[in-house]
Amino acid sequence: MYGCSNLMYCISEHAPHSSLQEIMKWNGWGYSDTKFLFNKKGQAEFTGKRYKLSGMIIPALKEWMEGTFGTNMQHKSLATPALTRTAVQPPTLNEAFVEELKSTGVPFSHDAEDRVFRAHGHCLHEIFALREGKVGRVPDLVVWPNCHNDVVKIVELACKHNVCLIPYGGGTSVSSALECPQEETRSIVSVDTSQMNRILWIDEKNLTAHMEAGIVGQDLERLLNESGYCTGHEPDSMEFSSLGGWVATRASGMKKNIYGNIEDLVIHVKMVTPQGVVEKSCQGPRMSTGPDIHHFIMGSEGTLGVVTEVTMKIRPMPEYQKYGSVVFPNFEQGVACLREVARQRCAPASIRLMDNEQFKFGHALKPQVSSMFTSFLEGLKKFYITKFKGFDPDCLCVATLLFEGNREKVLQHEKQVYDIAAKFGGLAAGEDNGQRGYMLTFVIAYLRDLGMDYYVIGESFETSVPWDRVLDICRNVKARIIRECKDKGVQFQPFSTCRVTQTYDAGACVYFYFAFNYRGLSDPVHMFEEVEHAAREEILANGGSLSHHHGVGKLRKAWMRETVSDVGMGMLKSVKDYVDPNNIFGNGNLL
Amino acid sequence: MASSNAYAQRDPMLKKRDDFEDILEERRNSSDLRYALKCYTPALYKGVAPCKSSMLKSMVLQSDQLHYVIQQVSKETGRQTDNVQEEVSAILDEMAHSLQLSTVRFFAFTLSKIFKSLFKSIRVNEEGIQRLQQAIQDHPVVLLPSHRSYMDFLLMSYLLYTYDLTLPVIAAGMDFMGMKFVGEMFRMSGAFFIRRSFGGNKLYWAVFSEYVKTMLKNGFAPVEFFLEGTRSRTSKSLIPKLGLLNIVMDPFLKGEVFDVHVVPVSISYERILEETLYARELLGIPKPKESTSGLFKARKVLSEDYGSIHVYFGQPVSVRSLAEGRVNRCQFNLVPRHIPGRPDEDIHSFVNDSAYKLVRAQEDNMVLKPWVLLASLLLQKQAVGQEQGTALDELTAQAVWLRDLSRQYGAFLHWPDQMTPSEVVSSSLSLHRGLVRTCEGKVQLALEHEEKLLSQAVIVLSCASYRNQALHVFLRPALLASAIHAASSNQKQEVFNSFSFLRNMFSNEFILCPGATVQDFEEACYLLVKTGTLQVTQKEVLVNERGHRTLAFLVSMLDPFLQGYQVVCRFLCEEATETLTEKQFIPAIRKFIIKHLLAGRLRYAEVLSSDLQKNSLAAFLRLGAVEKIKGYQISNVSPCLGGKLPTQKAVVARL
Repeated sequence: MYGCSNLMYCISEHAPHSSLQEIMKWNGWGYSDTKFLFNKKGQAEFTGKRYKLSGMIIPALKEWMEGTFGTNMQHKSLATPALTRTAVQPPTLNEAFVEELKSTGVPFSHDAEDRVFRAHGHCLHEIFALREGKVGRVPDLVVWPNCHNDVVKIVELACKHNVCLIPYGGGTSVSSALECPQEETRSIVSVDTSQMNRILWIDEKNLTAHMEAGIVGQDLERLLNESGYCTGHEPDSMEFSSLGGWVATRASGMKKNIYGNIEDLVIHVKMVTPQGVVEKSCQGPRMSTGPDIHHFIMGSEGTLGVVTEVTMKIRPMPEYQKYGSVVFPNFEQGVACLREVARQRCAPASIRLMDNEQFKFGHALKPQVSSMFTSFLEGLKKFYITKFKGFDPDCLCVATLLFEGNREKVLQHEKQVYDIAAKFGGLAAGEDNGQRGYMLTFVIAYLRDLGMDYYVIGESFETSVPWDRVLDICRNVKARIIRECKDKGVQFQPFSTCRVTQTYDAGACVYFYFAFNYRGLSDPVHMFEEVEHAAREEILANGGSLSHHHGVGKLRKAWMRETVSDVGMGMLKSVKDYVDPNNIFGNGNLL
Repeated sequence: MASSNAYAQRDPMLKKRDDFEDILEERRNSSDLRYALKCYTPALYKGVAPCKSSMLKSMVLQSDQLHYVIQQVSKETGRQTDNVQEEVSAILDEMAHSLQLSTVRFFAFTLSKIFKSLFKSIRVNEEGIQRLQQAIQDHPVVLLPSHRSYMDFLLMSYLLYTYDLTLPVIAAGMDFMGMKFVGEMFRMSGAFFIRRSFGGNKLYWAVFSEYVKTMLKNGFAPVEFFLEGTRSRTSKSLIPKLGLLNIVMDPFLKGEVFDVHVVPVSISYERILEETLYARELLGIPKPKESTSGLFKARKVLSEDYGSIHVYFGQPVSVRSLAEGRVNRCQFNLVPRHIPGRPDEDIHSFVNDSAYKLVRAQEDNMVLKPWVLLASLLLQKQAVGQEQGTALDELTAQAVWLRDLSRQYGAFLHWPDQMTPSEVVSSSLSLHRGLVRTCEGKVQLALEHEEKLLSQAVIVLSCASYRNQALHVFLRPALLASAIHAASSNQKQEVFNSFSFLRNMFSNEFILCPGATVQDFEEACYLLVKTGTLQVTQKEVLVNERGHRTLAFLVSMLDPFLQGYQVVCRFLCEEATETLTEKQFIPAIRKFIIKHLLAGRLRYAEVLSSDLQKNSLAAFLRLGAVEKIKGYQISNVSPCLGGKLPTQKAVVARL
């Protein structure tokens, strides 16, 4: 099956403006038409039409924000509406490179907006600077290769003219991976893979599909779905992140319990490096041929080359999907239940446990209920849990579940999981709560922009940790954040919360959110970074990993050596030195 | 080296300390019974409900840690796990406290009566209590009181009960268990009992540490123990013991709690109940075994006046901040945390340094009474052989001088400023009339000439125990003064070397933090320069004209110890030519010292203190002048001794 013509662009001398850049915010998360705002009545509203929550009123959000952060609707910190082109440094072009590039016919641009758009990911400091209209070092040129061969040509030219290349996929990095190194004096070229977005073939006999690496998650799923298949790889960023990005960061998807993480899904990878193209010679499902070269590629974070094509496993679309949720009297019981589920290896496609703060946050995001009946039911449920079952509303927490597969098996599986939950005091709390939990995953990123309009800055970060340390790490990291904020003069106690988002045989993935009101602080971003740094120190001291799936980038580079040991560092360096001796892929990530 | 700027910020004069409130005042004005039956509702750690002792036991028994060790012991010895489990259960029964409010109320009642008859007042810094209350609600708390008397732990629980704070559980030595009834009473008031030595017993250690950690981690109650391990018979702080401190820091280091707060508590007695008892013990007059009947015999103490007690609850110390930048907690990532392991070298040194810091914090907040200064002065005078005593007004003038000096050194002196100095002196003397004699306006120690040497020594040692309370204030300047005295020139380097040698030699005797020689030297220089005693230039240390008096006083302060170490050294050179067992050492050295004292070759009867003798032996052992063979024999390594101690010889020569 070759491509989908509606998404293809002709090769031209002009920039083939990718559809995404036009419909996305330049200084915030996601689509331009979608955002949270407080309407004239002072109620929170989610605009647009793209999500289930779109167009709805969220009555409790205002109060929650005021109560949690001490925000005030009168005190706003709005973003600069548009990019000031003069704030962008004129490009440093390598004329010889540009000349030869022209002759290849690969489209490129040095328009300020194009360059700024590809100069950042979504770290707090990156977005904060954009909102203030501040632009640092940005790529000097953007190129849009249309296929693998285009990339080969670009890399050859870059080597020939000593130009620095930074691969760009969906731009959803949260590790400063897309930031241009300050010290880079060469011309920096952003290699935007968005035009390489075709499914090249589907092999139904082996259940594999071969794609170009620029394809974005939601397009990949949609296109495969049309043929009755899916990859099942659904990272929270899947609306915007690309296949190549997943490979380059060792991504993880929500439903990895059924489908696996990216390293389990990838069968074959093609990457263009300064030394040439690296790939395996066959598609055997497993090989014993020395260290797996895929593992040099996965997690290389754009330091070795551009991933151009990937063969991935696919599965028939699930026959049946069912959401669910369980309420636990406290977080400890919830974690114990997840641990038991993992021990029995019966985790559903997804199982996530939110702590009490996040549970309350989820509640604040409930849209206005339209019917008296639903609101009556809600009230009844609440009464049953807190009064009848005696759950303390300040302790209880909730797990959201997603089951997938054959209907009969799903129901059976569901029963098994609920039975285990019951042993830990868990009460089934309905499909709606579960479904809303997952929907919020996509919506929550928009909320940060709203917060930033009202002096609230925040970020999420993740780790993986052995089971016996899950409770300790959650408690200690949350407490550390609160203490650091207090020590640094934050007036209002920060929002510090976590959830367990993945279970493994030997441990779990834990996600932390923290946010605070920065009104009155002179250098909030710097302070924020210090707190984030302290939180990461705390994670490492509690046996957590440097990252479960976000990657290292430049944000967490400082801890790389202690993470993989001196020798490990040397191994990685020697690969880099061989593959890219002139540091053409000079984004400075990882090492 | 010494820059006054660096020290200006921590000028001891500027130390801020809280005020005290007398808790006995209310007891004298209201019903003790009502007080004992009052409503007691302490604020709890994060609202955790207190845990019944039976529940606590089962938590300990079911812990992963014990489970692991039981399996291991069973594998090693071939015993059935049930059998090992039973042993664990028995250890736990022997150890566990069974805190009961009724018993606490009983103690609240009886202690009120006893305290009122013994003491003028019991003064507590209430701000410290408030800090403690906050700490208990936020973090697991460890209480570390100083230990000068049996009274200490009862007093602590009494205070916490009075202020409506969670009652602590207290680590007590097994010897209390000898007193059948009292032992059980203590158990019911929150004491748990530990065997004095259980070095090799893996199982015992595991049960014990898990028991303490379980209480601490869950925040059921503050854990209280004595960092010094035992009561100090000399009123000097003892070198801290690390076992329990290791245990209570472990949950933080392994991430099981966010933080642990450690609260040093300084309890100072104007008159110690065990005063002469201690002196006798140090002189080798055997101590009566702790027994209930013995306790009743001791009730004659009830009729005497013991002045006042000051209890200072220090600033809670966060173990997290102590460890920050010192300990890499990642080292615990690779082995499951329930598997017991020996702490690494860096953990050991961290715990050791923390222990010293905490003991110094105790010392710092120890309240000194005027009598402590008088005792220091009188002892010095006695040693230079003033037969007829010192005129009262002269003594008063000297005491005032010493008061001002000690304040400049940062002493926490409780000198009643509303009284005239002579009133202060005479009331101090009258409280301690067993130790001093005033005759025709002249004051001296109550030593009768016809009395035997040992009886005289009892008085001297009792007195010394009061002087010792102030030692920590003068220690560093005194080391510097002695170093100047001993050094062959005014060269700063020379003085520093001499200081460093003395400091090293005395580090079993006094609380001198390991590795802090330079800081101590700078601190001493700073204090002596500030008070106009010295001038310290880049190269030289010069004594000011008006500094001689201070220097002489400081040198005399340390002299008994210096002489003592020298005598022990001489004994080892002259008498102990053959190897000597550890048991023989004390009697032999005692004989040797008595001989020297009677011959008038030695001025200080306090050298008879077995504490000093043991410390000096330990120091010589550490310095390699003496060595241990087969664990219990002492062999004298003479060449080493001769070679290693030239500076000391020089000191002696200059004296």
